[in-house]
Amino acid sequence: MKRIVYREWRIPAARYWGILGILAAVVGLGGLAALYLEHGGHWVTGMSNSVVWGVPHVFAVFLILAASGAINVASVGTVFNKDAYLPMGRLSGLLAVALLIGGLLILVLDLGRPDRLLVAMTHYNFRSIFAWNIYLYTGFIALVIAYLWSMADRMGAPFKHPVGVLAFVWRLLLTTATGSIFGFLVARQAFDTAFLAPMFVIMSFAYGLAIFLLVLIFSCAQDGRPIGDLLLQRLKNLLGVFVAAVLYFTLVYYLTKLYGAKNYDLVGWLLLRGGIYSFTAWVGWVLLGTLAPLGIIWHPVLGRDRRWIVAACALVILGGFAALYVILIGSQVYPLQIFPGHTVIASGVADGVREGLAQYYPSFPEILLGLGGVAVALIITAVGVRVLQFLPESLADPEESAPVGPGALKRFSIDEAAAG
Amino acid sequence: MMKHPPEGIDQGRRALLGVAVGVTTAVVAPGLVLHAAALPSGALAGAQGTGPVTDSVRWGLLIDTSKCAGDCRACVDACDRENGLDLQTRPAGQSARAWADQKAVWVRKVKLADDLTGRVTNLPLMCQHCEHPPCVDVCPTGASFKRADGIVLVDRHTCIGCRYCMMACPYQARSFIHEVMHDQLSRVPRGKGCVESCNLCVSRRDHGAPSTACADACAEAGHHAIVFGDLKDPGSAISQALKGSPNRQLREDLALNTGVRYAGV
Amino acid sequence: MARALISAVLAALALVGALAAQVVLAGDAQGYVKAGSRAATHGACVEPTQYMRRHHMDLIQHQRDATVYQGIRGTRHSLSGCIDCHVGPGSDGHPVAVNAEHQFCRSCHEFAAVKVNCFDCHDGVPKGGPLSESAQSAMDAATQQGLGRGAADGSVRSAREGQGQ
Repeated sequence: MKRIVYREWRIPAARYWGILGILAAVVGLGGLAALYLEHGGHWVTGMSNSVVWGVPHVFAVFLILAASGAINVASVGTVFNKDAYLPMGRLSGLLAVALLIGGLLILVLDLGRPDRLLVAMTHYNFRSIFAWNIYLYTGFIALVIAYLWSMADRMGAPFKHPVGVLAFVWRLLLTTATGSIFGFLVARQAFDTAFLAPMFVIMSFAYGLAIFLLVLIFSCAQDGRPIGDLLLQRLKNLLGVFVAAVLYFTLVYYLTKLYGAKNYDLVGWLLLRGGIYSFTAWVGWVLLGTLAPLGIIWHPVLGRDRRWIVAACALVILGGFAALYVILIGSQVYPLQIFPGHTVIASGVADGVREGLAQYYPSFPEILLGLGGVAVALIITAVGVRVLQFLPESLADPEESAPVGPGALKRFSIDEAAAG
Repeated sequence: MMKHPPEGIDQGRRALLGVAVGVTTAVVAPGLVLHAAALPSGALAGAQGTGPVTDSVRWGLLIDTSKCAGDCRACVDACDRENGLDLQTRPAGQSARAWADQKAVWVRKVKLADDLTGRVTNLPLMCQHCEHPPCVDVCPTGASFKRADGIVLVDRHTCIGCRYCMMACPYQARSFIHEVMHDQLSRVPRGKGCVESCNLCVSRRDHGAPSTACADACAEAGHHAIVFGDLKDPGSAISQALKGSPNRQLREDLALNTGVRYAGV
Repeated sequence: MARALISAVLAALALVGALAAQVVLAGDAQGYVKAGSRAATHGACVEPTQYMRRHHMDLIQHQRDATVYQGIRGTRHSLSGCIDCHVGPGSDGHPVAVNAEHQFCRSCHEFAAVKVNCFDCHDGVPKGGPLSESAQSAMDAATQQGLGRGAADGSVRSAREGQGQ
């Protein structure tokens, strides 16, 4: 197999510092938003006693899912032995760590008492999945760094496969635990299901790969590094499989909830009467987030055009945000069913609103905080590929770079067949 | 790197480093010695005051909804006064609508209509003090906890304000403090960024008061819809009332074994 | 040789200066108890002053867990006791919060550069006693009915009972 060469990102300094400047500005705004939140209190946000988790949590959960999905590319290479994915392993690891750090930053800065982070790290209630998550997230970061070492350092090569397997299993646990944050809650009708854990796992596959593809295409295009059409088609098709799986899980989730009479009201509200939530679910989650990307990916002409592939990735990401908005916030807006068989005329908290629904309007500080987390992830990635050797010099398909000659071609095809 | 002709080792630099370490030690050592010498005098022992709570009692409430009047807010107002919730002020610049959802509410009046008959029921709803509280399960730091005597409350010293317990509560009983607190009662410390809920007037409890503020106020208003007492004592008024008429937990399918029971709903 | 001697002399001067500074600053620390507070009338705190200076945070931390988790109230080390005693009168005679500028807790904590966030939740002035008015009247009513302290329905644990456990 030919040797993979990794080189630092060599785009012109002006462009690099421009990118960094923009990202740093967004990070700064996010930091200011966090300070504003911490100084005056959460009254400045749209969150309330009814809707306790808002846009920052949507961003944070999305980034965490994307982080565990981003490491998949490396896993496909080292764990599942697809050689074509090996050159992308390092970027995959960097992106995974960067996204997770961005997501965790948002979560921590949104706490009511972020100054008590040390308390959170020293007092544990291990019945809480949150407590487990603290270890799963930080362990993931450490593990991926070890994984990167095993991929990059010659001394680490014998550890590549076992560490890769461990990272893959850990990543599955992490996403399962993230889904279980909601799945374990018996209180809310939209939750209280074991289904959310694997659903989040599948979503992480799709969102992580979409983000990875965007970052890969952007960074290679900026530096003039080729990505072979065959490789891109493989990645695109993989994304298609994941998005199709997300569609399957979405359908099963809703249809199962719809089956029982006790959930008629919930699903009816969410899909038909929920205003912005219905719109987000149908247009954001299903149409733009799942069906449209699938249409592009499987289209014979559009699926071969890089710009359309980029559009498909962007739509998947949009769909991810929409899905999490509906799952996280929609489920809080819908009232708790404390008195089945009764209609609540006055609840003492959300009076005067039809059906007892809570109201939630995303506020600027929340959105800025979320965007700040995204920018942190992108800054880490940008600095990483610039300063260290994460990006492969070329991802061109092997046939394009092999020497011309029938004998050479035959050798390659035997090798490819052996590698599987 | 500067290019030096090979020299002997710089002894002057070594001497300076040695003197610096010596001075630092000489300055810091006396403090360390005196600090270690001031050992605790055993003052941590010998706490006077009330004794620790035990699980020989379990506090609970029985609410008879047939006695609860629709337009009465006696329990809510009494709870607000007892716990300093009436001292909350809307932050400047916040809309009344948003504030209504953000201010802390420990007990709320709920009005229901039966879907079939239209019959109206009124009841106060507060933390149900479950035996298996979901809020205690999900708290990452263990700040949300159940006391030995059955009261579920939040240790605000350890609460990090993640609001997971608020997501988990099946009764939406918990409140988050969204603003900086300036006015608190000494017996009920409350501060920005932590979560709180009805604690069965725990400071009254520990100082030996017979009942909760809401129960007293309801009795004063003449309704007697709320009874407070020890669920483990078969002779208590609440136990006899529970045995006397049908009552149930809210959301009994969750099998939380709540300490607050309702009759007539 | 000369260099070493100069270094030693400078070091000795620095040592003397540091010790002198500590003495001066320590002397400064004498006056934190506010005139007009109840604490000013007492010779010492609930524990010896030097002990309190070094360990009051340990006492408070231990006590807060005892109060929150075990319901132990009214001990010598309770925070509300500290506030009651150390709150000083303002210019208008009303008590000023102990964590306000130049008041008891804040002045020493500023010297030591240690952030104190007790008063995010705890009020710096005593406001309302341990029992509210309604609680007090309920207790009085129960006592008047001759059912013993706080035993309205025969099931309330009184302070005396609790101590035995």
